[in-house]
Amino acid sequence: MINHEFTKADKVNIRDMIDQNQRGNSIRRRIERLIPIFLTVIASLSILTTIGIIWTLLFETVEFFKRVPFLDFFTGTVLKPLSQNPEFGVLPLLMGTVTSSLIAMAVAAPIGLMAAIYLSEYASPKVRKVVKPVLELLAGVPTIVYGFFAFTFVTPLLRDFIPGLQATNILSPGLVMGVMIIPMIASLSEDAMSSVPNAMREGAYGLGATKLEVTRKVVIPAALSGIIASFVLGISRAIGETMIVTIASGSTKNFTFDITQSMQTMTAYIVEVTGGDAAAGSTVYYSLYAVAMTLFVFTLVMNLIARAVSKKFREEY
Amino acid sequence: MNQLSEKQHMKRTKRRLFLNRFSKSIFMLSAFFGLFFLAVLLVRVVTEGIGSINSDFLTGKLSTQPERAGIMGAILGTFWLMLVVAPVTMFVGVSTAIYLEMYAKKGRLVSFIQTNISNLAGVPSIVYGILGLTVFVRVLDLGNIVLAGGLTMSLLILPIVIVASQEAIRSIPSYLSEASYGLGATKWQTIQRIILPAALPGILTGAILSLSRAIGETAPLVVIGIPALLIPFPGSIMDRFTVLPMQIYYWTLDASLVAEYANLAAATIIVLLVALFILNSTAIIIRNKFQRVF
Repeated sequence: MINHEFTKADKVNIRDMIDQNQRGNSIRRRIERLIPIFLTVIASLSILTTIGIIWTLLFETVEFFKRVPFLDFFTGTVLKPLSQNPEFGVLPLLMGTVTSSLIAMAVAAPIGLMAAIYLSEYASPKVRKVVKPVLELLAGVPTIVYGFFAFTFVTPLLRDFIPGLQATNILSPGLVMGVMIIPMIASLSEDAMSSVPNAMREGAYGLGATKLEVTRKVVIPAALSGIIASFVLGISRAIGETMIVTIASGSTKNFTFDITQSMQTMTAYIVEVTGGDAAAGSTVYYSLYAVAMTLFVFTLVMNLIARAVSKKFREEY
Repeated sequence: MNQLSEKQHMKRTKRRLFLNRFSKSIFMLSAFFGLFFLAVLLVRVVTEGIGSINSDFLTGKLSTQPERAGIMGAILGTFWLMLVVAPVTMFVGVSTAIYLEMYAKKGRLVSFIQTNISNLAGVPSIVYGILGLTVFVRVLDLGNIVLAGGLTMSLLILPIVIVASQEAIRSIPSYLSEASYGLGATKWQTIQRIILPAALPGILTGAILSLSRAIGETAPLVVIGIPALLIPFPGSIMDRFTVLPMQIYYWTLDASLVAEYANLAAATIIVLLVALFILNSTAIIIRNKFQRVF
């Protein structure tokens, strides 16, 4: 039989232990209460970053538009920030950005989509398991390396075929940028196509369609929203890309449609101005922020479109 | 119904089958085009740069003479930069992920933060550079030192770390935490002793992959204003610095003047790619070896 009688000493010990435990509990309780507050503060840092970006850009952009009229900036075809009579038209930069992005998409959209079709519809699981990660390696190569490659290899190579091509031109960085974006489009489109249920494919096969016909008339229409979203994200990536165009397209502020010429993009302009000695407070200095704001708005709109497209047109199976 | 003669039918089927086979090879070529490009790029960089790699190049100082230039300063700069970026992003990223996954009530605020994070991930890196230039270099008056560059870089890769950590935490099955609650553990004890250890491989993999993004990133640092001058080796996070991608940038720009600089740029690229390869392999090893599938 168990003896239920405690000695006096035992009782005291248990009381102590309970006290100790409660003291420990109250510390623990305080930690439990403090931790969420602490974490909330840290989590709000991401919102603070956004506010920081918008605030910095907006503040100095407003200052810029006090000096240069809004319309002159967005309709001006001449950009001469450092001349005696400076002109601040953003159109040459927009031209450079749009041109390089279009060239990049002309490469990335078809090749990326076809690679996605191959991976999703044709490749055996074994092949996919090897090709996909290697394709993603391509996305992991730093952009500065692509810039080097465009400038020292692609441009000289292209000059053998296109006689009028300048040493710095918008064509070569555009093409290389396209290759850089291929993995992104391939991977996102492949995700969209793989999520098309097999029953739909099998229905079409049952009617006697070939694989190509199934892909073209069943899988691609069903995955269209994801594919379009991947294209839009690709464009956004091309617009924001900096080092490739800075190195390989030079800093001539040309307003032209000639892709063999050097053209400056918005991103390359930012690099040029910050790399130089634009004194804080000068109009050139503020133009940096106006251009960055334009760039920021461009990419933000693209990203929002991509999200809206993939959300709105997603078909639930 | 539109009747086809047998001959027409045969012809049409043949055409369809031909198109089918033909398109397959086109699709396959597209998928392998990227690999082909990567191979050409690597071969080009290696043949151009391998001749310049020797111990003097790896341990030497920058120099105005191409044949005497070394990249020890850039290697140290990259190292110091990562010493700032890694702890900052890990701490902030994991804390944010814990908040979003474990504490925040699903509602407007959470979806707002979540949307905000995915928007931040889409902001071009050069815009982060401008943020860093304005806030860290000018307003806080840090100058173009390792700390300013590191904080800028941290903000840039933070969205990636947060999302990766969230996924790692989300993949921990709820029965683990429920068992812990059942034994009387508090929420924080459960997070600390059950969830974080289980999610650690996933978190580390994401963190390492995002570090490899930071190592290769150039644009924000160009904007912050890393000088092309010869500066002493950085010895702390308060020193001025240069990093491998910056050195590649300056040498590539100079390559049109002095041909040897192209070789130096290529050699630096080899060093950078080797560093990236080691980082990525580490991430893959951690993922394969330690990640448990629940």
